[in-house]
Amino acid sequence: MQSMRKYLSSAWQKLFGDPVRAFGVVSVILLLSLAIAPAKEHFSQWHNYQRHYLTLIRDRGDAISLRRRFEPGIHQIWLPELGVVDRCTTCHLGLNEASLSDVSQQPFRKHPAIPHSLDGFGCVICHGGQGQATTVDEAHHSERAGEEPILPAKYIESGCGQCHQNALTGTPQLNLGRTMLTRYGCVHCHAITRPDGTKVLATDHPPSLVHIADKTTREWIYSWLKDPQAYAGSTTMPNYKLSDGDASDISAYLVSTSTPHAGDTVAADTKTAANADATAGPSLYGQSFCASCHAVQNAAGNLVGGDIGPELTRIGNKAKPEWLTAWLQNPRIYDATTPMPHYRFTPQQITTLTAYLQGKSDSDYGSGVHLDAASPQQIAHGRKLIVELGCAACHEINGVQKPENFAPDLSTIGSKPLAQIVFLPGMDHTVASYIVAKIRQPRAFGASVKMPQFALSASQTDALTTALLALTNRGKSMPDNLRVAAVPDTNYQPAGHAGKLITELACFSCHRINGKGGDMAPDLTWEGSAVQRPWLTDFLKNPNTLRPSLIRRMPRFNISDSDNKELTEYILAVYQSPAIDADLAPSATNPPEAVEHGRQLFYSKYACQSCHIADTKNDKGYIGPTLTQVGSRLTPAWVYAWLKDPQALRPGTTEPNQNLSDEDARALTAFLMSLKSAGGRGAKQ
Amino acid sequence: MMRRLNERVTLRNFAGLVLLAAFSLAGCKHPAPLNTALKATAAGTALVESSGGHQVGVTGTALKDPLVIQVNDDQGTAVAGAMVEFHGPTGVSFDPAAMITDSSGQATTSVILGSIGGRYQLSAMTPGKSKPVSLEIVETALAYQQRVGSILADKYCNRCHDPESSAERVSNHDNLEVKPHAFTEGDTLNKMSDADLTSIILHGGPALNRSALMPPYGNTLTAADVRALIAYTRAVADPPYQPAGTVYARK
Repeated sequence: MQSMRKYLSSAWQKLFGDPVRAFGVVSVILLLSLAIAPAKEHFSQWHNYQRHYLTLIRDRGDAISLRRRFEPGIHQIWLPELGVVDRCTTCHLGLNEASLSDVSQQPFRKHPAIPHSLDGFGCVICHGGQGQATTVDEAHHSERAGEEPILPAKYIESGCGQCHQNALTGTPQLNLGRTMLTRYGCVHCHAITRPDGTKVLATDHPPSLVHIADKTTREWIYSWLKDPQAYAGSTTMPNYKLSDGDASDISAYLVSTSTPHAGDTVAADTKTAANADATAGPSLYGQSFCASCHAVQNAAGNLVGGDIGPELTRIGNKAKPEWLTAWLQNPRIYDATTPMPHYRFTPQQITTLTAYLQGKSDSDYGSGVHLDAASPQQIAHGRKLIVELGCAACHEINGVQKPENFAPDLSTIGSKPLAQIVFLPGMDHTVASYIVAKIRQPRAFGASVKMPQFALSASQTDALTTALLALTNRGKSMPDNLRVAAVPDTNYQPAGHAGKLITELACFSCHRINGKGGDMAPDLTWEGSAVQRPWLTDFLKNPNTLRPSLIRRMPRFNISDSDNKELTEYILAVYQSPAIDADLAPSATNPPEAVEHGRQLFYSKYACQSCHIADTKNDKGYIGPTLTQVGSRLTPAWVYAWLKDPQALRPGTTEPNQNLSDEDARALTAFLMSLKSAGGRGAKQ
Repeated sequence: MMRRLNERVTLRNFAGLVLLAAFSLAGCKHPAPLNTALKATAAGTALVESSGGHQVGVTGTALKDPLVIQVNDDQGTAVAGAMVEFHGPTGVSFDPAAMITDSSGQATTSVILGSIGGRYQLSAMTPGKSKPVSLEIVETALAYQQRVGSILADKYCNRCHDPESSAERVSNHDNLEVKPHAFTEGDTLNKMSDADLTSIILHGGPALNRSALMPPYGNTLTAADVRALIAYTRAVADPPYQPAGTVYARK
């Protein structure tokens, strides 16, 4: 103790003993403290990276130009309109350097090619993370309040979706996710408002359960509720994980409140069905192209067919024969808004098809289900469950109101603060992993969670997560002029008797007209300018194949002659393109020299035979439609206009615009118009 | 005396700190082995790629098909119960990263590609009888531009350029008198410069004195579309495409 004191006092004496020395020491301390700030900067992480970068470029061939573009110090991209303050380029120094494409060492890699400039959009818009941070940990991994870690690369398309509300070629995952939001029933319960204020609307068609007892049995409803995917693997109906008693009570309520519906009681003609030819059913199913919309599981377990209508693998287990008969007779009586066309089958065809579909059943399905008659208490409990689970958010149910705002609004789910999320043990603390977990196993977040279990693949879950992550506060707050609006379907409705026919035949399920309808079949907006009257009449009567390589084709409807005439007249009169003037068009009949000149151009200069067949003997290309009878099908005005600019008539068509001169286009039109059908009029009978 | 003691104390502390730091660093560098729970019951001497190699996927996502590796012994028969470990460059992950071969001698893993586009050299490894055996597998990840190219190729090009038919799309390749080159045909396409490819896409086959069966797409595709298509062919070329690179005069 004594020596310590002695030691300290001698040290004090040495340093501050006389004023000159004390002044010197204080100056040194002052100088040192002044050096702290520059030293801190010198030893900072970003400075270290900048030194590394300089070493990296030193020995490269273009070192001089790289050095000239290098600026020391903190870099910042500041975009007030987008709310971007990004300092990422302080360390990521080679992002814009094309010559660094071979460098694999981070943070110096070149950014892969994207349609936007980095200076115009910054980094965090797509990648997430903290743009203002200047250390790696804070920028990439921060989980503090109001901050978020960097977004995993597989969700990167969500960045595009903040501004682009429309579908882009380069973002298939985002597009799929957005389609799923509307197709898998998400928006029936969760409201989603786009940044421009429009609502995301459901495009699926959950069946009304008002007349459910006409359609199926209580036992089937029970089995279905217990596990929808066991009946049809492709169904979008989620699994509510109901107990046996709950499923029984719900089925009891639905059946007990179901009202009988006029027209559902057509007796099935089972006697004729038994006598029917065994191959008649499958061949009628095939001819009617039911598989364009409905899928069936084949022997190998693969689903074959479209996904517009429900899967029919076990339809015999579900639908009562009399309901099926009535449905095939006219589906619009049971469900006025169904996408299913009114086929106008003959009674014989209906019997055949009913018998064939009834045969699509699985004797094991639901065989162990025996339900006792339900007591009033059980029925009341069923109603309570239906209200609690929100069944009426999707389905129309007698005695239960459609709930409003049933589930949380998801309009800004992508910016949900981490502090508001209760993470499960072992989960990454990010919004993305929260959304994935919530979609995969919603009930893992607590027994009281009502959200059901959806049957989604890993890639579907990722797509859905991408679409949800695109719903951010930034997307909401950015100026309107920076957003690209979605292109919603128009509410076009054709008028008159023809309009009624178009609705009945459900043309919009496959064809697009004036911005509304499906994309399975050609857009018919300008069809009236394109085709000739006799061909159209024959085609509606008996659609023959224009594209032999396609699996999905136009089905045959037994339209009456008067309806056919009505529809033909309407299409020819109304669906006319203003850009096509029939009076100025080349004529349909041409001198042989002109036809021959066109033939030469067709086969040698433009080599159209690589995709089209004009002569069945020699040509083999079958990407485009067969042209052997094109002179009887299309109008010369349309052919000429199409040759000049196909995309102007049908945006997105794959036929390339060959930039033809007027003379060449006329010669080709002359040749094509000379390709008439053998009968001289319309398609083959 | 006291001063020396002080020095010694600080020295010791310092040494302790250094040791601590060294240990913690060592701890970071050698994470616990992944396969502690797996017990190999057999060992093979050769690895064979069953399926799942040479796939083209998208950055940051899982490949469509799983990677299946078979372990064989000297006679070429499958070995069940052998350990297989999968390794890849930073960013690539495997689910699972190590496993025991099943009864048919196969190990199946799903590969999640890294976030950077390009070719990924992966390896499967088995301890073997005397020395470890490994097998190289190549997968390709498409970045944004290359992926746009692959989508455009699917729409405009593959009907003719891809000789493989599927149930949904029948190839037109064999119907053509002059056979188009597949986009993976590096032997042919690697020799063509970007300018050559651009002009054949924009102006059709005759632009390079080739068949007119290849139509011009200059009025159909945008310049960015064409760049994307070229980036895609470069990414999937086999053998791999080596860009010429910029040549600068050095001092």
